[in-house]
Amino acid sequence: MITTATTDGPTIRRTETIPGLRRSLRAHEMIVNMGPQHPSTHGVLRLELIVDGEIVVDVIPHIGYLHRCFEKHCEHMTNYQQVVPYADRMDYVAAMSNEFGYVVAAERLLGIKVSDKVEFTRVIMAELSRIASHLIALGTYGMDIGAFTPFLFCMRDREHILDIFETTCGARLLYNYMWIGGLSHDPPASFKDKVRDFCRYFKPKINELNELLSYNKIFIERTAGVGVLPPEVAVNYAVSGPTLRGSGVQWDLRRNDPYSVYDRLQFDIPVGKGIKGRVGDCWDRYMVRVEEMAQSVRIMEQAVEMMPSEGDVQSAIPKRIRPAAGEVYARTETPKGELGYYIVSDGTASPFRVKVKAPSFVNLSALPAMSRGAMISDVVAILGSIDIVLGEVDR
Amino acid sequence: MTTVEIFGLLKEKFGDAILESKTEGVPSPYVAVAPHSVLNVALFLRDNEQTRFDVLMCLSGMDYMAGKFGVVYHLDSMPLRHKLTLKVHLTAENLHVQSVESVWKTADWHEREAFDMYGIVFDGHPDLRRILMPDDWEGYPLRKDFKVPQYYNGMKVPY
Repeated sequence: MITTATTDGPTIRRTETIPGLRRSLRAHEMIVNMGPQHPSTHGVLRLELIVDGEIVVDVIPHIGYLHRCFEKHCEHMTNYQQVVPYADRMDYVAAMSNEFGYVVAAERLLGIKVSDKVEFTRVIMAELSRIASHLIALGTYGMDIGAFTPFLFCMRDREHILDIFETTCGARLLYNYMWIGGLSHDPPASFKDKVRDFCRYFKPKINELNELLSYNKIFIERTAGVGVLPPEVAVNYAVSGPTLRGSGVQWDLRRNDPYSVYDRLQFDIPVGKGIKGRVGDCWDRYMVRVEEMAQSVRIMEQAVEMMPSEGDVQSAIPKRIRPAAGEVYARTETPKGELGYYIVSDGTASPFRVKVKAPSFVNLSALPAMSRGAMISDVVAILGSIDIVLGEVDR
Repeated sequence: MTTVEIFGLLKEKFGDAILESKTEGVPSPYVAVAPHSVLNVALFLRDNEQTRFDVLMCLSGMDYMAGKFGVVYHLDSMPLRHKLTLKVHLTAENLHVQSVESVWKTADWHEREAFDMYGIVFDGHPDLRRILMPDDWEGYPLRKDFKVPQYYNGMKVPY
């Protein structure tokens, strides 16, 4: 578990270099493994910490424990539609957003235009999914830091979202709801009322979470000023989503590269301001998620009014999906950040290549840059604040 | 700037290193670059005032079959709001391309993934190791001619 260098002097005794560290261990440094089975890693992630006493000198993430060949599977599908259930299983706490990204990419490749009813239903589902994902992120983040209660409150609220999903498509976690050109089910008659009820129910809960966790003194002490990611570093690492916006960069693909009907909806883009510590610290990343939930409610309130009640949600579904040879790179804003699908078609019924740019994968690659110089316990706080899902990191 | 304008700019600066640009008749236009000049082109595209591609959105390895490989770079400029697709074409005999890790840090893991899945070697990458597959894995799984091994470390693979 723990490997120490001999410490009888300041000379470097270990001569072999450590892969990923690219230098030999110094006399006072040692390696501590965090994971693959560790509650704070949110899945099977192994972090190799090079520590000098309590201070983290470097972090070497080892990923791939959950790799299940998503891209290879896609090439072996007999049909573009069959990819959708697989896309669900990448970011499994926000499966709707993954499907959304894939169908946007596939529809762009095929040149399909879907009706307003489908678009608004998709937007509502994606925003519900964003709230559900953020609730998990915030709840488990509190738990990483040592606050157990907020997690239960978050799970309670998330349950209402899962209920809406269940009445709409029958599934609670992995939906296969968005199809290329439409939806698997027409939203039920009670759909709009359920969404309105949820918005009404959920708005005060954000304040509750703020009182319980966001402005809690212990929580602020643990997160403010910790794991600062400066904006220029964030951009160079191409991190996205709340991790990027926490660094004060106002960049949201729903606004900056609009897809679906987001250009017709009003919402703000919350960014980190460094109120409690410095811009780009863990608290900022946390707070961006809290504020985004309020914006998602706002989007849903508009979308539910603009959504037409009449219409067939399956009218645009093609009988045979066989795009002409070509390629497309489409990106969407999922709860974790920019999810990109690079789909190459060779004119046959199955994709020639599907490459996924997963937001968690990219965000995690910036973890060493955030963690150098922090304490071991801070690594837990930093890792929680970038909100990774290993299903998406490893694909 | 459009891909055509950027192609003109690059052609003027780099000459023969810029191979071709497909803009007509394809859904997404691209510029093809020689493998030995990717680093310079990337630096130019990032730092030039007219292009300012500060974000590497995605880097994909490709196997085009029949011994042809490639790397595809999707670039995005936050301040100027334009995008560009760069392509590098490789052959199975020489799977070497310059690393752009020093230009965009995000390329670090993307290039490791392309190496892991296709065996494309990124010259100048500081830490080119497998990233998703185990260290002792044989072969490159996303290649079109990859055969799933019957045994892994002496254990029978059940399917």
